[in-house]
Amino acid sequence: MLHHIRPACTMIVLMTIVTGLAYPLAMTGAAQLLFPRQANGSLIVRDGKPIGSTLIGQAFAGEGYFHTRPSATTDTDPADATKTIAAPYNAANSGGSNLGPTSQALIDRVKADAAALAAENPAMPVPVDLVTTSASGLDPDITPAAALFQVPRVAKARGLTQDRVRQLVAAHTEGRLAGIIGEPHVNVLLLNVDLDGLAFPVGK
Amino acid sequence: MTINGWLQIALFCALLIMLTKPLGLYMTRVFEGARSPLSPVLRPIERGLYRLSGVDETREQHWLAYAIAMLTFSFAGFASLYALQRLQAMLPFNPQALDAVPPDLAFNTSVSFVTNTNWQSYVPETTMSYLVQMAGLTVHNFVSAATGVALALALIRGFSRRSAETIGNFWVDMTRCVLYVLLPVSIVIGLVLVWRGVPQNLNAYTDIVTLEGAKQTIAQGPVASQEVIKMFGTNGGGFFNANSAHPFENPTALTNLIQMLLIFSIGAALTNVFGRMVGNQRQGWAIFAVMMVLFLAGTLVAYWAEAAGNPAFAALHIDPLGGNMEGKEVRFGITASALFTTITTDASCGAVNAMIDSLMPLAGMIPMVNIMLGEIIFGGVGSGLYGMLLFVIVAMFVAGLMVGRTPEYLGKKLEAKEVKMAMLGILILPLSMLGFTALAVVIPAGTDAMANAGPHGFSEVLYAYVSATGNNGSAFAGLSANTPFLNSTLGLAMVFGRFLVIVPMLAIAGSLARKKIVPTSTGTFPTDGGLFVGLVVGVILITGGLTFLPAIALGPVVEHLAMQAGTLFNTGN
Repeated sequence: MLHHIRPACTMIVLMTIVTGLAYPLAMTGAAQLLFPRQANGSLIVRDGKPIGSTLIGQAFAGEGYFHTRPSATTDTDPADATKTIAAPYNAANSGGSNLGPTSQALIDRVKADAAALAAENPAMPVPVDLVTTSASGLDPDITPAAALFQVPRVAKARGLTQDRVRQLVAAHTEGRLAGIIGEPHVNVLLLNVDLDGLAFPVGK
Repeated sequence: MTINGWLQIALFCALLIMLTKPLGLYMTRVFEGARSPLSPVLRPIERGLYRLSGVDETREQHWLAYAIAMLTFSFAGFASLYALQRLQAMLPFNPQALDAVPPDLAFNTSVSFVTNTNWQSYVPETTMSYLVQMAGLTVHNFVSAATGVALALALIRGFSRRSAETIGNFWVDMTRCVLYVLLPVSIVIGLVLVWRGVPQNLNAYTDIVTLEGAKQTIAQGPVASQEVIKMFGTNGGGFFNANSAHPFENPTALTNLIQMLLIFSIGAALTNVFGRMVGNQRQGWAIFAVMMVLFLAGTLVAYWAEAAGNPAFAALHIDPLGGNMEGKEVRFGITASALFTTITTDASCGAVNAMIDSLMPLAGMIPMVNIMLGEIIFGGVGSGLYGMLLFVIVAMFVAGLMVGRTPEYLGKKLEAKEVKMAMLGILILPLSMLGFTALAVVIPAGTDAMANAGPHGFSEVLYAYVSATGNNGSAFAGLSANTPFLNSTLGLAMVFGRFLVIVPMLAIAGSLARKKIVPTSTGTFPTDGGLFVGLVVGVILITGGLTFLPAIALGPVVEHLAMQAGTLFNTGN
């Protein structure tokens, strides 16, 4: 028994040095050297200031922007640290709603959101990703259908033709890798940054 | 369900089959002590590690010494990880100035990472400093995985050796696994993950102002180095709360495919290592086939249930073709989420790329069943193979009863001792899973933690103990698990599920190694064909079915029926 204690204690210290310090620090060095943009969080810089990460979704409410999906992330209540409050797209506290499929709260929420969206664009069925929260609460993407669904609203708010906006959506639609892997998606933040770049006023 | 969905599943299977043989060959050579292309770099480090810790690499161990070495090492790891968490406020690499982790949570987390469970009662980005993530959690991602692989090797040697007293040296097996298998793959694939967008930095969290003028704080950190070993070692503990659903952990469909392959690759390769070491690769492929059959069955059910979507949405003017997207990411969609969920629970990984709590009832049943069966479908690194071999021993015993002949497997006679020990290892799981659940659902400390009411709330508690005992670590995450009662009982469940299975398993290894190998005769039951595969699958499903059916009926099955009938439940708490 006793002769196992020395190797056990020494090994855990040595493994900590090898896999817990040398490995992650070497990886950090290599990553910073080879892929500095990705290694630092794929930040987008506009006018010298970071305005977000291409990988992390943001909340959008304005009519002239494409909206991201509902988000269930929370934050500590500033008034009472033992409670949490809703804080969509809180990128320092990721998480989903964890509502089960038979939850009354889930169905109530979806019903209200779907009714609002159906009123906004009665011509299309509501895409399911626009009424469901993502697993991370930080989903940067929506489906192409969800982007097309929002085209009439965005075009009207910006005074653009629907065709022009639709072209922009098409340009931002990323297909499956090699035609097989993953799902087609549209990165909302990049799309909205380009919308701003069209130099038309943002309708609020 | 779409043609593209089936193509994605088929592609995954094809890549897995292609990986199995080369990785199996490489690992066999590593553990037999042969030189590898990496030896010039790694061999001096390996020798240095042995010298400093006083290990004689030429001396092999009796099964009991092997077990004690493993247990002592695990305890030392537990103690160091506990200390790191309690002291993090005073240590470097803590740019967010996070406080010490409370004692019950630090206990739960230490047990969790040492047992390869990686259950997370905490939100990492608001609880753990970069130092704890690197020098604490990442280290255990390596060594708990290497411990699992070492144990599987010990059992394989039990089958492959004749009249031997020893089953290898724990220190050597563990060290070689870390240095020659886990580290090189982590370095290469870790950099691929960075290339696709996984951060790797020591910066403080980034504050930005969004397009609409709101403030957003973006959590950062040394993510990639932990992400890759989290998957490759089937650990599953996320750098962020949302785990592999977080865009920084798993940014694209490609990284998702890589992560799924990482989870299964060692488990699959070990079947090949097994075949090679017992002298017949077909024996390994037979085990592989058992795993593949069970894997495809689970995937089929999960994919079908998720693609069908929530019937309660049908009346709400929502596109019915979208499937169940609550708790899922758009870039993965239905197929890659259902596939990932099945894989992560077939193995003892427990990483998630979609929230299991929000799956359709029957889809949520699949991860539960996968873990209940013992995570033997490719399984946790090492634990999958030795868990499966326990079932093989029972299956051969059943076959022996049917023909009235002493059962044997690979020329080793399976006698009362082996069968008793195998049953002991198998029965520990239901005892802990069902026993703790029964306790938790009748006392307020358990029921208060449920986030959903009705059968779904029961599923949340059942899943927690199933996941902890199975050392999986995934969760029906609505459960508020960070309470003293749940932290402590879940910690105990993890210890039972890990060590009470390992000790009988090593006893079998020691006992088998001592036996002679009887030559095959016409009366020997062939263990490399379809009949064997069918028999083992049957024994696994019948054992699991008899044990767990009542509990499953109370959770997912009742919920499915209620959902079909249009019943909804108010939220718990």
